[in-house]
Amino acid sequence: MTDITINGIPRRPASEGDTPLLWYLRDELGLTGTRFGCGAGLCGCCTVHVDGKAVRSCLKRIEELGGSNVTTIEQLSANGLHPLQQAWIDLEVPQCGYCQSGQIMQAAALLSENPDPSDADIDAAMSGNICRCGTYPRIRAAIKRVAKLQIKSSASFTPNSAK
Amino acid sequence: MHTNTTRRTFTFGISAATAGLAASAHPLSSLAAPGNAPIGANKEFTPEITAWVKIEPDDTTIIMVARSEMGQGNFTTLPMLVAEELDCDWRFVRPQYVEPNENLSRGNAWGDMTTAASISIRGSQSYLRKAGAQARYMLIAEAAERWQVPRDECVARDSVVTHAPTRRTLRYGEIAEAAANRPIPADVRLKHPDEWRLIGQSIPRVDVRDKAVGSPIYAIDVRLPDMLFASVWACPFLGGRLRSFDASQVIGMPGVRHVVAVEDTAVAVLADSWWQAKKARDALLIIWDPVAGKGLSTQTLRDTYRRGLDADDAAIGRRIGDSSKALSQAALVVRADYEAPYLAHTTMEPQTCTAHVRDGSAEVWAPTQDADRTLLNVSKTLGIPASKVIVHKHHLGGGFGRRGLAQDWARMAANIARQVERPVKMIWTREEDIQHDYYRPMVLARQSAGFDAAGNLIAWKVRVCGPSMLVGLSPDRLTNGQDLEMCNAFQNDDMAYRVPNFEVGYVMRNSSVPVGFWRGVNHSQNGYFRECFIDELAHVRDQDPYLFRRNLLSEAPRSLAVLDEVAKRANWGRTAKGIFQGIALVECYNSVTAQVVDISVDDTGQLTVHRVVCAIDACYIVNPNIVEAQMQGAVAYALGAVLYGEITLQDGKVQQSNFHDYRALRMNEMPQVETYFVSSGDKYSKDWGGVGEPGTPPLAPAVCNAVFAATRKRIRSLPLANHQLRSPQ
Repeated sequence: MTDITINGIPRRPASEGDTPLLWYLRDELGLTGTRFGCGAGLCGCCTVHVDGKAVRSCLKRIEELGGSNVTTIEQLSANGLHPLQQAWIDLEVPQCGYCQSGQIMQAAALLSENPDPSDADIDAAMSGNICRCGTYPRIRAAIKRVAKLQIKSSASFTPNSAK
Repeated sequence: MHTNTTRRTFTFGISAATAGLAASAHPLSSLAAPGNAPIGANKEFTPEITAWVKIEPDDTTIIMVARSEMGQGNFTTLPMLVAEELDCDWRFVRPQYVEPNENLSRGNAWGDMTTAASISIRGSQSYLRKAGAQARYMLIAEAAERWQVPRDECVARDSVVTHAPTRRTLRYGEIAEAAANRPIPADVRLKHPDEWRLIGQSIPRVDVRDKAVGSPIYAIDVRLPDMLFASVWACPFLGGRLRSFDASQVIGMPGVRHVVAVEDTAVAVLADSWWQAKKARDALLIIWDPVAGKGLSTQTLRDTYRRGLDADDAAIGRRIGDSSKALSQAALVVRADYEAPYLAHTTMEPQTCTAHVRDGSAEVWAPTQDADRTLLNVSKTLGIPASKVIVHKHHLGGGFGRRGLAQDWARMAANIARQVERPVKMIWTREEDIQHDYYRPMVLARQSAGFDAAGNLIAWKVRVCGPSMLVGLSPDRLTNGQDLEMCNAFQNDDMAYRVPNFEVGYVMRNSSVPVGFWRGVNHSQNGYFRECFIDELAHVRDQDPYLFRRNLLSEAPRSLAVLDEVAKRANWGRTAKGIFQGIALVECYNSVTAQVVDISVDDTGQLTVHRVVCAIDACYIVNPNIVEAQMQGAVAYALGAVLYGEITLQDGKVQQSNFHDYRALRMNEMPQVETYFVSSGDKYSKDWGGVGEPGTPPLAPAVCNAVFAATRKRIRSLPLANHQLRSPQ
């Protein structure tokens, strides 16, 4: 199998080729920040970036990923916190927190494509990510805060995974 | 700020001195590195100043947390209660879980660990504040003795004791070890609420950083050397049994190590990775015996419960006057039957538990709402003494009642792990999680109300019929074999409406469908029955639903104040064109909550919930920002159920399996939520109110009442997905 670059490091999986990226990350690499929610692409808990795009890692087999760049929550920002993670902390978005890795990865992909999303854009991008604790209002507020800050500072922020 | 050179413990990754503002406190951050360090395993000895407080020489203040953090903020609010009276600097506080085996061996030194029934704050605030005050007393006494001055000349503030006349100071960390040896005072004065400096403030949550960076804080993240992963298949027929299985096709598959029966109800595949275990599980040939489950369906259960509404074996929960007689004499009688479906919990973290059983002892890593019970369940399952069981607590990826009394996942993990030498992490598929829940009971209700000739409500009679969760999960709470909690929301202490002749009764009809506690428990379905029926009565009398309720609350100032507040804040009765409102009020967990919902229904019958205004009286609000989040969460949880939630059965099996057919509320469906506090303090109750659940019960009736306002359709069964809100043109 061709190497997969995970968080900047080329890896050659020992897992079988049909192993979903989610379980390769969690069980072989110990990157447990990416979480299992449904196994069917319905909840978004397991969202990671593959070549900068938000992808449900429970549906992506590692044999499809040779040559790809995968970024997980652990390395969303190469140095310190990604602005979204900071906003998540400042606005106290998480409750149980279990879905939040996926929420943040989805939101980061949204902002890299659309630096100033409307409410409808946020709905369209984020409605695949379920939060049973109902943190949606604060997720929306955190995304808007980061969008506003980045436009204001006009220093465009590039997520690690899109570099 | 003093330097930090004497730290002795390494459980927490950052020092107090460098922690910065409280906003950045992250006591669990050292667990970010993949490893096995269980939360709360601070084995190094720091002297206790009461069981709840340990202060290190650098002032780091460890405050023990007995209840579980499952999103409701316990890791922040419970330490706040101690810290308030301790007068420590909040920036130095590090919450730490109590270890269940230590609680057991020390005679419940930290009290009840149960995290259910919105109990955490209201059930422990008195002893947590007292412990803080005791520790503060001991620190002041130690300082006073060193200075040889009277205690009352010393003041404590921000982790420093000051001798006021001489301005001499001692840091808590300097005197903690000696203070710990002093006697614990029996009586201490607690602060008057006017003196509170932390309680009532939106102190930032201590757990959000870990949750924003993906730290391994959940049980599902545990990694142990030599660990195996288990995927399970439980009998799909509820109440059915495992007859046989053929593992021959599976045992040679990659990574597969064992295929084992779990008692006579499930099969588990153990492999080197969870995916390998799951793949092999899917390939297993298993023969099940449906037993009692065979004929079970939603329709047969509904028929049973409907007959129950007319049965004469009702257990009476509350009776005032003679409702039957009053109904027979009424000038106008209104009757309506309602139905609430079975509901699953679907915590985002599916059921999981890790166990290692060896040499007559067991170690368990668990997401538990009830750690004491996890320990006792594992002990009983394995037939080993409780003293031989260690339970490591982890933050929960959602609880909502699923991870409390049932403990089925803990027993299953123990039953699997006892069959092998190695530690085993069991993770259920989402399908298993939905098909093997302890569901909120399906309940039918029949209500009759009578008005006299002058239009006064003189009688109200309620019958509910469905399965009892206490019979299976907590028989100790039965009254003469009857589950009177099924009458909640109609009882003395949780229904403020005054009606001269009133009766509520429960007809118990149990089945093999497991039932359990769901957010809001019996108040969630009974609140729906009650508050929609009240709306029907208002309509029959041609009265405004808010004013009709007001008239029944003339002697209930606490509920009335909350109802008035929500009506005022929501601009009740003054809506934009096309917007319709519904109102509901439910008293539970010693709190009173009212909600007004603004909706619209378009020509195709598509419902949009625009806004939910909540007013809550929880006596005192410990952390407003967290309570606001709890109200948002309660609304989202309840609204998902109102719109879509329904577990149905056919031929003994649950028909739903994942989020496509058991839907949760999504971002695009989330209304704006406004929360207002009507905090009555100790005016009506010396106990405090809960906040985790009270936001859930009013939502369903408020939405359904708004639907009636918009469409003139009464929603007497849930979910709304089963109703056509506009007739096809």
